[in-house]
Amino acid sequence: MPNKTKVDWGAYLYLMPVVLILVAFHVLPIFYSLAVSFYEWDLIGSPEFIGTNNYKQLFHDPMFFKSIWNTIKYAVISVPLSIFLSMGIAILLNNPIKGIGVYRTIYFIPVITSINAVAIVWNFIYHPDFGLLNKILSWFSIDPVAWLQDPDWALPAIIFMSVWKGLGHNIIIFLAGLQNIPKHLYEAARIDGASRWQQFKHITWPLLTPTTFFIFTMSTIGSFQVFSQVYMMTPRGGPLKSTMVVVYYLYRKAFEQFEFGYALAMAFVLFMVIFACTLFNKLYLEKKVHYS
Amino acid sequence: MNEIKHPEYIPVHVILILGAIFMLFPFIWMISTSFKSQDEILSTTKDIVLLPDSVRPEFFNGPEEADRVERKKADAKRWEEEQAKPESERDKRVRKPFQWLDNYTYALTAQPFYRFFLNTIFVTITVTSVSLFFASLAAYAFAFFKFPLKDTIFMMLLGTMMLPQQALLIPNYIFLSKIHWVNSYLALTVPWLASAYAVFFLRQFFMQLPKDLFDAAVIDGCTRFQFYYKIALPLCKPPMVTLAIFTFLSNWNAFVWPLIVTNDTNLRVIQVGLSYFSSEAGTRWGPLMAASTMTILPLVIMYFLAQKQFVESQATSGMKE
Repeated sequence: MPNKTKVDWGAYLYLMPVVLILVAFHVLPIFYSLAVSFYEWDLIGSPEFIGTNNYKQLFHDPMFFKSIWNTIKYAVISVPLSIFLSMGIAILLNNPIKGIGVYRTIYFIPVITSINAVAIVWNFIYHPDFGLLNKILSWFSIDPVAWLQDPDWALPAIIFMSVWKGLGHNIIIFLAGLQNIPKHLYEAARIDGASRWQQFKHITWPLLTPTTFFIFTMSTIGSFQVFSQVYMMTPRGGPLKSTMVVVYYLYRKAFEQFEFGYALAMAFVLFMVIFACTLFNKLYLEKKVHYS
Repeated sequence: MNEIKHPEYIPVHVILILGAIFMLFPFIWMISTSFKSQDEILSTTKDIVLLPDSVRPEFFNGPEEADRVERKKADAKRWEEEQAKPESERDKRVRKPFQWLDNYTYALTAQPFYRFFLNTIFVTITVTSVSLFFASLAAYAFAFFKFPLKDTIFMMLLGTMMLPQQALLIPNYIFLSKIHWVNSYLALTVPWLASAYAVFFLRQFFMQLPKDLFDAAVIDGCTRFQFYYKIALPLCKPPMVTLAIFTFLSNWNAFVWPLIVTNDTNLRVIQVGLSYFSSEAGTRWGPLMAASTMTILPLVIMYFLAQKQFVESQATSGMKE
């Protein structure tokens, strides 16, 4: 067979469009931005080399720490809450019941809709005077809450909306994971008289850990990058900057205050934080994952 | 009936139905509000009124509604009387009675939403079709060709998927402003015409095609490009559809990138237009809900037409916005 050894030089032609665009817009920019993070630059004047000053300034910027803290709060509440709810619903959907398709369709609708449109809808739901949520709370004689204008409630309100938006996505992935668990394990457990809780604890939970780990890792990365809903629901970082998250702060520094070098330094620190988290997940949490 | 034989599943249904209502209600509320007048929206009643006044049939109004219906009729009559008068004598305080589509017409006239729609459709279709074409070419080369540095280039492509997106935003913006692409369709489309993820995804499917098929076809005089578009592509239709939907969805909903690279109204895509309209319309919730409904509707219609592919495209991607 002559084809086995022949080099297809034409292959580079096939690869060219993808490689060129990726190099131009994804690879080179990373090196470029690493360089710019050592400069002070507003894009109009000439860049001025200031060494690691952007990074030093960053670690003395209370707003930066506040934004990191808010982002951590967002991640620490939204990720477990979403995993808990979506796993529960997926387990319920994994029963031999009718209408699974209908449920799946409905739970998935928020996933396909745009975050901006649903953020506007939730802005209205959270409205202090005419909002749906305060209407419902008033039935139980609970006093109206200012939600997005209340420093204590703005971030939880955004978290709640984000969990609602992403739930269907996690449900689908959990369902796929559940369907990979062999049915005979449950049958054997039932014959041995295992309760539902015991079945969950000894079969479902351990065998689902690869899926849970995957969702946990991806949602943690995603929650460190949260931006759109914060931008749409709490302009200017919310009451007392209680919803100022890192990417929003980065956006303001770069595209409103034109401190590009400073914003890029922030982007790299954020990347390091995400990388450290992912590494921690991989090295520490993955030990507890049960791969069959 | 499964449910009757297994009554233990009834609580399961109860929980799932409550959950489904919770998932759907914001959309129902959005659509309902989009047909409501400002007076209805700003009422502080404790009741949740789902059926807006403007689309409620006459026979739906019980005796307790009689007052309100009378008032509505009187308002309409008053408006007509005012209209009959010459322009100068009209009482400016008499407002036009609310018609059911008023919020939609308000939104469409306040901002050129039709233009935003056309922009979005153009960008989405361009990016989806071209990026799929480019990705399938590269995936095909990786799956069937032998060439130096194949593994190195492939690993480099995979590496780009791990790069932080927000670190890319700023340098790309600087780069685009240097080559004067800011505020152009090029900025909205070109950076997204290549997707490492799509290459990786399609390569997995091309790899499953038997290599003998390729060798036999080449020996029979089939060129490499003919094999690509006559045999390989048609065989990979299902993953292509999945990928197309995923790409379409993420482009239709793209927000941060178009927000940054365009500030010309004529170039705004629908998500950016919506966000500007949201800060401009302030508390005019009716038109805001109408605009949101119009933004969501095309996707929801597509979703109902191709549900299976939609769900698959998300389940296989493992990506979130």
